[in-house]
Formats: sequence, structure tokens, C-alpha cells
Amino acid sequence: MSIEVIKPGALSIFQDLGRAGYQHLGIPVNGVMDERAHRLANALVGNLPSNATLEITLMGPVLKFHEEAVIAISGADLGARLDGQSLAPDQVAVVAAGSELSFGKRSSGLRAYLAVRGGFAVNAVMGSACTYTRGNYGGHAGRPLKKGDVLGTGPYVQSSKLARLAQVARSLSTAFDDEVVLPSDAPIRVIPGREWRYFSSCARQVLESAPYRISPQSDRMGYRLEGERLELTEPREVISEAVDFGSIQVPANGQPIILMADRQTTGGYPKIGHVCAVDLPRLAQKMPGETIRLKVVDLGTAQRLMLSQERSFAALEQHCQAST
Amino acid sequence: MPLNRAATGVSPDASGWTLHASGERLLIVELQTRDRVAANRRARDFAARIRSESLPYVTDIVPAMTTVGIHYVPNRVPLAEQGQAPYEAIVNVLNRLLKTVTASQSNAPRVVEIPVCYGGEHGPDLEDVARACGLSMAEVIGLHSGALVDVMMLGFAPGHPYIGMFDEQLSPARRATPRTAVAAGSIGLANRQTVIYPLTLPGGWNLIGRTPLALFDPARKAPCLVNAGDQVRFAPITAAQFDTLSQTAGVLR
Repeated sequence: MSIEVIKPGALSIFQDLGRAGYQHLGIPVNGVMDERAHRLANALVGNLPSNATLEITLMGPVLKFHEEAVIAISGADLGARLDGQSLAPDQVAVVAAGSELSFGKRSSGLRAYLAVRGGFAVNAVMGSACTYTRGNYGGHAGRPLKKGDVLGTGPYVQSSKLARLAQVARSLSTAFDDEVVLPSDAPIRVIPGREWRYFSSCARQVLESAPYRISPQSDRMGYRLEGERLELTEPREVISEAVDFGSIQVPANGQPIILMADRQTTGGYPKIGHVCAVDLPRLAQKMPGETIRLKVVDLGTAQRLMLSQERSFAALEQHCQAST
Repeated sequence: MPLNRAATGVSPDASGWTLHASGERLLIVELQTRDRVAANRRARDFAARIRSESLPYVTDIVPAMTTVGIHYVPNRVPLAEQGQAPYEAIVNVLNRLLKTVTASQSNAPRVVEIPVCYGGEHGPDLEDVARACGLSMAEVIGLHSGALVDVMMLGFAPGHPYIGMFDEQLSPARRATPRTAVAAGSIGLANRQTVIYPLTLPGGWNLIGRTPLALFDPARKAPCLVNAGDQVRFAPITAAQFDTLSQTAGVLR
């Protein structure tokens, strides 16, 4: 069972839910930038959420399927086509042997997730399939896909119930609470950070009122924002400590950096806030050059939203796996 | 504001701690000890205690300088009552647990000797450091390699140790302009601490030497050369020894 890379695309890398359990060694978690899209794609083909997906950024690859497969693509709409036929996000598609999956014009988002029924065969490094490009390990040979790579997949399981998966796909728009998944242009919700009280009252107001532009220097490690300076009331030493996906660090130049999937394990800059877990997928789909706004919510709200999303996923994943 | 009142351990040598949210999936235990080295050792004792409990909803336990970071999965935390938030439940668990921390002085720390070629092309900032510290280069090397020091934490990059504290005379500030690429194995010094770059990385520390040993190799059974809580002694080697060793020990580039 193999898939041949005819063209690699701009950045096509295997990711999963992250390399947990090694952060005390300085080893980053990595993992998918948009967890929601990754889990949807996996659910739609009846995989476990822990299966690796191919994270496809902006310009997608051309992949030739040498055997029949069942696939789903979620997240950004990067103009996927199967043998020239348009393939919309969140659909379950049967790929005939010899078919080519290609990508064209982007119409929304930045990152698409390709799941193959049965999963991709990726050697685990420290318990995870995810690629850490800076460390040259994980995923496919520790790097993004290249022309000529041959990708293995897990055993192909025939299913008589693909129609049921397709039915799930059609009902996805109502899977999550409206409060959990906001429209893509709604403000990104943040919780006050560890050093919130050391920022000037002006900075705390600016954070919610001013627009911030996502700098071109943004990547999987961090989103650098450009906008009004966020000032501390006085210079302050912050001792290095653990940071997380979504932590908003503010270095001396006052321009915030949101730590993303490839973030370092620890950081020594003051943190004005943390992006809520349920809003990280929306942020991860924003392009450099786009403008975002932030909105402060409290910790209890953030956890309540997260639990709500988790309940929706549990129901969805259970239903999809039972359908296979 | 902390999520708990400052809590105090039951044993007489125990120091207090506070718990803080850092986002909705990470809690920080902050040690209240004034002395940095003491707080750092205490942080590792706390981390070991939490690790020994194998809490199924905790994914990573990250001891740092004076804190322990606890990454958790909110939806897996058992709630004591309806309407309780996961962070409230885990704060209660941790407060109970941390009262039972005992100092782990029984186990002698592992001592790792790390060969270093000081100065020259491998340590381009040695001369500047000596000048800033008011010492000769030989005195800097003597103070740096003469001390048995703690690996205080790993962080920033895979297998990247923060080592200290060195003699007070070794207190140069970091470089005003960080380098965009520092070679793997480079030994940085600033403010009585040393880091060792495991991969080619950007960095602002003063480079005083380089080790031929690979600090990190994902294919090794133990991917990291040193762990937090180890002690380290640096051993000066010549440039010729560096070349010989690097062929066998293989710095990860």
C-alpha cells in the first residue's frame, strides 16, 4: 500500500497530537497546528485521533495512490482535486488505484490535514510520528516530503459503511457548540497570562482594542505579531519556566509572540496572555499578513469551552469508529 | 494571583509554594525559597514527587529554575463535584501531594565529566569574557572547570542544559546582539551559568569553548547526555583532542 510523492508542495509534514512526556528534557511537543481539523479528518475515515495526518501548508503536494484508499481532508481549502475533480474539505472520498490527488488555488485557511483510512505508516520517534524539522527527526526522515518519496499506509480495511461516514461528514457543521467554534474573523480569545499584572493598564487595554498583524516571520514555532507596543510597568526579570501552545510572550520590543506547535519547552519572557485552546485552530489557519484582534476571557470559561469541544469530539469519534 | 494560598509543607525543612495557571492546560508550582540553588533543587524534588504519582491526566512535568510546570489534560481530570473546574480539582490534588515531598538527598547525584576545548575558534568570546570579569583567560578556564556544578534544568531545545551556579567572578552579561547560528557543542557563559548548545541554534550567550560530545541524539536510548539534577565537571582538552574525540563521540550537527 503506497503513495508516491510526485510534487512535495510548500511544506508537507507528518504530524500527530504531539510528542508528550519529554518536555523535561527540553524536547518540544510539536504536533498539529490545527487539532480540530486533524481530528476531523481522522474521524471521517474511521481512524483514531492519535493517527498521524499529513499537514499541508498553503501549496499542496501532488500524490499518486498506487492502491485504492479512503481519504478525507479537513482544515484549509487548498483547492484539492482527485484526478481533476474538485474535492471539498470534510468529505470522505474513495481513491481508485492509480489516481492522483493534487492541490490548486487556496480559497480559505492555511493548513489542510490529509487522513488516510488505516493511517500512514510512520516510524515513531520517542513515541510520536510528528516531524520536528529544526531537530531533523520524526515524521518522514525528519523532514518535509520531497519528490520521489514513497509513503506507506496501514492495512487498508474495507468498509461497507462508508455511506455512514459520509453522512457524519454532512452533519459536521452542527457537531460543535456555537461558542466553541467561532467564525474565522471573530476575535481570538485569550486568558490573562502569568505576568498579566506586571503589564501597564494601558497595555492590558491595548491588547483587547488594537489590531495586530501576523508578521511574515511567523511559522510553526511562533506567530510574531506587529502592532502597538505592550509595555511592562517596570523592567522585570522573568526566570525561565515551562510555556505552552498559545502562551503570548512579550520581549523587550513590546511586540507579542504567540508560541505555536513547534515552540520551545521553556521561556523567559513575560507572558501577557495565553490563547484559548479552542481558538488555536482558528489562529493556526491565519496567514502571515492577516490582522487579528484579541479578547480576554477567564480561565473557567476557557476550560468550559475546552470540555465542550472534547465532548463533541468524543461523540463524533465514537460514532465514526463504530461505523467501521 | 496564585490559585491557592501560599501552602507550607509539613516537614520542618520544607519551603512554601504557590500554584498558578499558565493557560488552561498548564499549572506552575512556584517555590518560595530565596536562594536560587536551593529553590532549584526543591523544584526537582517536587517534580519527582508528582511524577511518582503517575497521574493519568498529567502529560509532562517540567522542573525549571525555581518552578515546576505541570501540563495536564483538563477533560481527564476527575472532578470532585458538579460544576467544579478542572483546574480547581488539580490544585486540590497538588496541594495535598506537595505536603508529602521529602528532600531527595539520599541518592548521590550522577557526575558527568564534559571535555571542553576552551578559547580559540571553539570559544571566540573567551577573551572578551576574561576582560569583562577582570580575570585572565587561564583564570576563567580554572574557575569554570574547577567547579562541580548542578544541571539546573533542561529547556529551550532538546537536551539543552542550564548549569550553575559558578563562582561570582564569572558573571559576564549576555552579548548585546545574539548570534544567529551557534555551533552544536558550544559552551555559553553568562551570569554564573552555562548552557551547552545541542544543535546549531541562535544564541546570545558568550561562547568560551566547545565540547565534542553529542548533547542530544534522538536515536540514543537516553537521548540526552545530561539530565536535570546531574552534576557536571568540565575538563579542559586541546584542539587536537577535540578533533580526535569528535570523530568518535560525534556532535550532532
